[in-house]
Amino acid sequence: MQLEVDIVSKCFENAAGKRHDVLSGIRFSLAAGEVGVFVGPSGCGKSTMLKILAGLDQDYRGHVARPAQARLGMVFQEPRLLPWRSVEDNVRLAAPDADEAKLAALFTVLELTAHRNYFPGELSLGLARRVALARAFAIQPDFLILDEPLASLDEALAARLREEIVTLVGGRSMITLLVTHNLDDAVRLGDRVFLLSARPARILTETHIDLPRSRRGDSEIASIKAGIARRTIGERAARDAS
Amino acid sequence: MLRFVSFLVFLATWWIAALFVGDAKLPAPPAVLKVMLAEAQSGALFVNLGATLARVALAFALAMSVGAAIGYLMGRVRLADRLGDPWLILLLNLPALVVIVLAYIWAGLTEVAAIAAIAINKLPTAVVTLREGTRALDRSLDEMATVFAIPPGKAFRHVVLPQLAPYIAAAARSGLSLVWKIVLVAELLGRPNGVGFEIGVAFQLFDIPLLLAYSLTFAAVVLVIETVLVQPFEMRVSRWRPRAA
Repeated sequence: MQLEVDIVSKCFENAAGKRHDVLSGIRFSLAAGEVGVFVGPSGCGKSTMLKILAGLDQDYRGHVARPAQARLGMVFQEPRLLPWRSVEDNVRLAAPDADEAKLAALFTVLELTAHRNYFPGELSLGLARRVALARAFAIQPDFLILDEPLASLDEALAARLREEIVTLVGGRSMITLLVTHNLDDAVRLGDRVFLLSARPARILTETHIDLPRSRRGDSEIASIKAGIARRTIGERAARDAS
Repeated sequence: MLRFVSFLVFLATWWIAALFVGDAKLPAPPAVLKVMLAEAQSGALFVNLGATLARVALAFALAMSVGAAIGYLMGRVRLADRLGDPWLILLLNLPALVVIVLAYIWAGLTEVAAIAAIAINKLPTAVVTLREGTRALDRSLDEMATVFAIPPGKAFRHVVLPQLAPYIAAAARSGLSLVWKIVLVAELLGRPNGVGFEIGVAFQLFDIPLLLAYSLTFAAVVLVIETVLVQPFEMRVSRWRPRAA
């Protein structure tokens, strides 16, 4: 099972009729069990890329081969829960076949057990994000997309949620694609880290991290980050020279 | 309790006004009540009310279902919106009387003509409200339903319909009040029974107690239906919303 992506370009036409290139040259592949993390500045086109990969946007040049019949789970940047359904019903609507034991285990990992019967309007952003995560994992996806799952959460909460994501991702062999603007999160979560340029986004560098996630301490994280930074500067210098 | 007090104030005002104006123009409550009871005993009151309510129910159901479907289509499909819009504007601004008279001329003084005319009057407001509701649908939730491969029927029921519910409730509320008003005109002009017909008779005979007896019974029925059916429905569909202070 493999995800093959080759997006040549994607452009938008704004209200004034001007064309904007959003993506140019996104080419990579991910195998099952791998976590690919995309890091890029805000507004560089990360969400646009995810929309294409999720099959929500067909209007681009290039080719995306998703594994056939892969179940897709997605965590959007905003939780996108149905406000008129309780937490549990939101999850069950997406995953009608999920059995009670698995759901209970999922709610336990995400610390949602006490909030099963709440409506989304009664939840904080951190909790709503967790529900969105629960929904994506409840369908037992083969292909999981996470769009900035830790954005606008305070550091302590983000760290906890990051650990929960690590636990859930480790428990299932699937293609995982995560987008963030935080290099620290990327290095802690990813097997492969792709650095994106500013708009129009293209892949600047690709870094493999062979160290298992559980063995990445603060010093290892720092050295991997330094490595990525060095390579980025190196590539930029090479590009400037040519 | 507050409702009861407000009702008493209404009765008292009526009674005092009747004393000033005189029985010929505004009979006092007991006189009207007497006529009401007499009509009820003869059964005429129930027959006429029943006929009117049946027309209201049919025309309302017809206009709501057709109007909601057209409104949803116009909200979703640009071409349908472009094609339908001139008709919508025409129908919105066409006086009820024109529709009713034309319906009677073309289809005869029949039940079908009456119900169709009432439904056509209510239809455009339902279309407009539902079109607005459809335009306001949250695209991001549609995307969510697509990504999670929720089957279309299920997505419509659980993702789209709850978003439309407040608009349906608003269309039902404003539509019902419109139908209440128009049904009597349609009956007055071309039906041999119903509250509108009786009011027409009372008008021609200058029988004010009879006129008031029918008007007030009708108003009471409307009030009961609004409080027993329409308001609980609105409460139910919006129960997940935070309550206004």
